[in-house]
Amino acid sequence: MKNFLKYREIWLLAGIVALIGLISTRFPGFADPANLRQVFNDTSILMILALGQMAVILTRSIDLSMASNLCFTGMVVAMLNAAHPAIPIPVLIVVALLVGLVLGAINGFLVWRLNIPSIVVTLGTLTIYRGATFVVSGGAWVNADQMSPDFINFQRAAFLGLPMLSWIAIIVIALFFLVMTRTQIGRSIYAIGVNPTASVYAGIDVGRTKFIVFCISGMIGGLAGYLWISRYVIASVEVANGYELNIIAACVIGGISIAGGIGSVGGAVLGALFLGIISNALPVINISPFWQMAISGSAIILAVVLNARGERRQGRIILRKAEAA
Amino acid sequence: MSRRIFKRTFSGPDTDMDTTAQRKAETERPEPSGPFQSAAPRLTLSGISKSFPGVRALHNVSLSLYPGQVTALIGENGAGKSTLVKVMTGIYQPDSGEISIDGQATTLPSAHAAFGHGITAIHQETVLFDDLSVAENIFLGHAPRTRLGTIDWRTMRKNAREVLETMRAGHIDADTRLKDLGIANKHLVAVARAMSIDARIVIMDEPTAALSMKEIEELFLLIEFLKSEGKAVLFISHKFDEIYRIADRYTVFRDGEMVGEGLLKGTGQNEIVRMMVGRNVDHIFPQREPKIGAQVLSVSGLSHPTEFDDIGFELRKGEILGFYGLVGAGRSEVMQAIAGITRTSRGAISLDGKTIAPKSAADSIEAGIVYVPEERGKQGVVIGLPIFQNVSLPSLKRTSKSGVLRLAEEFSLARSYTERLDLRASSLSQDVGTLSGGNQQKVVIAKWLATAPKVIILDEPTKGIDIGSKAAVHGFMAELVAQGLSVIMVSSELPEILGMSDRVVVMREGRIAATYDNKGLDAETLVRTAAGIAA
Repeated sequence: MKNFLKYREIWLLAGIVALIGLISTRFPGFADPANLRQVFNDTSILMILALGQMAVILTRSIDLSMASNLCFTGMVVAMLNAAHPAIPIPVLIVVALLVGLVLGAINGFLVWRLNIPSIVVTLGTLTIYRGATFVVSGGAWVNADQMSPDFINFQRAAFLGLPMLSWIAIIVIALFFLVMTRTQIGRSIYAIGVNPTASVYAGIDVGRTKFIVFCISGMIGGLAGYLWISRYVIASVEVANGYELNIIAACVIGGISIAGGIGSVGGAVLGALFLGIISNALPVINISPFWQMAISGSAIILAVVLNARGERRQGRIILRKAEAA
Repeated sequence: MSRRIFKRTFSGPDTDMDTTAQRKAETERPEPSGPFQSAAPRLTLSGISKSFPGVRALHNVSLSLYPGQVTALIGENGAGKSTLVKVMTGIYQPDSGEISIDGQATTLPSAHAAFGHGITAIHQETVLFDDLSVAENIFLGHAPRTRLGTIDWRTMRKNAREVLETMRAGHIDADTRLKDLGIANKHLVAVARAMSIDARIVIMDEPTAALSMKEIEELFLLIEFLKSEGKAVLFISHKFDEIYRIADRYTVFRDGEMVGEGLLKGTGQNEIVRMMVGRNVDHIFPQREPKIGAQVLSVSGLSHPTEFDDIGFELRKGEILGFYGLVGAGRSEVMQAIAGITRTSRGAISLDGKTIAPKSAADSIEAGIVYVPEERGKQGVVIGLPIFQNVSLPSLKRTSKSGVLRLAEEFSLARSYTERLDLRASSLSQDVGTLSGGNQQKVVIAKWLATAPKVIILDEPTKGIDIGSKAAVHGFMAELVAQGLSVIMVSSELPEILGMSDRVVVMREGRIAATYDNKGLDAETLVRTAAGIAA
């Protein structure tokens, strides 16, 4: 399985390289390291969000409220910054993480304690969190001129040749890698996704694990809230409307199985990068946004077909060995 | 027979008898008689064999069903009863053998074909549609149509009411949603469906399993009605009192072979039990000299609101304690409670003299009790994770430090236990899904041993695995107890129970029926106790 996963991610990586090659024939500067760094930076927020969503999907759940969480938390930190420009940015980031954590914990609590399917819970909170944004802001926007220069420039500050935003993404990727492969909670997430019943017998608390996963995706949503608002320098009720579908698309393209238990940090990152490249490159080589949508959609279906084929092949291996035994 | 029930008695050729005569008829059970009595069977299966990879489910079996008579199909779990039902309903195709209906040789290539021949099966849990109305359930697939080809609802309701009336089940409203009915009434609807397609052969696969006493009485009246209508009925049940109450004939299966048949009248229960259990020894169990030590686990008064009551037993060091009973006797449920997976309402569990109250599987594992569940695929291995991660899954607390895994420790844990079990795998990083069934079973056992338990509960440890792997599991159990562990083995296989256990607890209907020392214990005693037959 491990080998096969690598196999699948290598294919995705090859697809991305081929895509870059193809774009370079039309737009020679695209494969330039400086431009690729730019693409990575542009995709950072999607990558972070896709990682949070990945953890949720691995447990056979889904978090549809991430974009609304992002919108709400972004509004809260923007308003806080507008009202108290003196609050240092690291404190605001902690606030964003905590607000996101609370929203995620609400999802997790409903899934865990009330045993409501996550798709229903987060479909509800998707609307509620966006509505709550309207309530806290009174429908007003927070504009660039109301934000402090630090608030806007923090993620743009260059450090060792990369903007802070890229570094944050790299740190989040590294943290997720460690958590998913080297901690008990990471192992539990995979185990309950693959076989919830066996996990119960092995002494894993499935409900509690799901709660933790929603807390993680909530914190990620909150962090992305600050990053998004300070990047696009406007906070409104409409921020990232419908973006939850891009996040899920990145996961699916990255080979994370909607049925749970299968997927990796590398896959989620590559899935997000694939979408990032398409949305960055196609406009500069004069392909209409509608083609972008068609290409993203085809990539999703292709990914699902390839994954389904992969899983079927695994089934055949079992049978052949069983016959031989 | 009370007046109230008598009111529901079905019309038929015999209802002009007075109640006394009827009771007499039931207790004395004369030779089957009536207008439908005939020597010619309605359905005959002969020489039917069916194999699955590695398992011979049916070998050269025969069965005859006669119009207006009830034939009871009797056999232990795994005797081939369900396979036979699937052959009769067109779901499985026999590898060889003949099926004839009314003397005409025929085949049943599909469920649809069986349906066309008027063969219908009523299962333990009825396979009907909860969200459709009673009338829709009765006529699904053969609903009356209007000239436009749409469903003729009015006729359908009327016909449904008529069918229910003829069964004296007019109290069921044809418009009720099925999910609002009790199980007994669902059975009535299933029978009404059988009547509506003019079923001539009705198979009832443990129909009484989920019914109350009163509902069972009502079901029997229904079966009497089916008999009076000339239907050939196959009645599958584990319960002897029911079989003697309702059936005219019996057929006994053992290990996929037909070992006896005849009229029930004049055949004693003990005779049938002997047919069920008599078998050649085809498997040698490990010789061991049990060194039984002090009490390790003691359970007393353990109760659950719906599943078991007042369970008490003790387990000693180095002992294999067998748990025998019919499927549904509550054995697995008791074990799951001890393993912390389900909660109990009353009772105490103590381990090494200390009272424990496990609230989760993690608590029990920590205390030293592990439960190896029955369904290997669903509850045991985590396919998709590599072998070493499967083995370490319940031991993650020990192989990690403040939540961070230590892979080296995981590997050495997995290596030491899989080597002891002689696991055949190219690498411990291999996905368990690529292993054979027997090797997967070894991974499951390794995983539980790795938690260093004091008590290991094995639920049907050799179900569905081949003979060679069975012997390996048995040998391994012997080794475990020799090392001072204590084993509880839940099994429905008599040879396994008799071959491995030091003592045997027999459960019946959620209670402990008896506890035996396995010295000179015979299979018949166990079956009689499990089925509640006086010796």
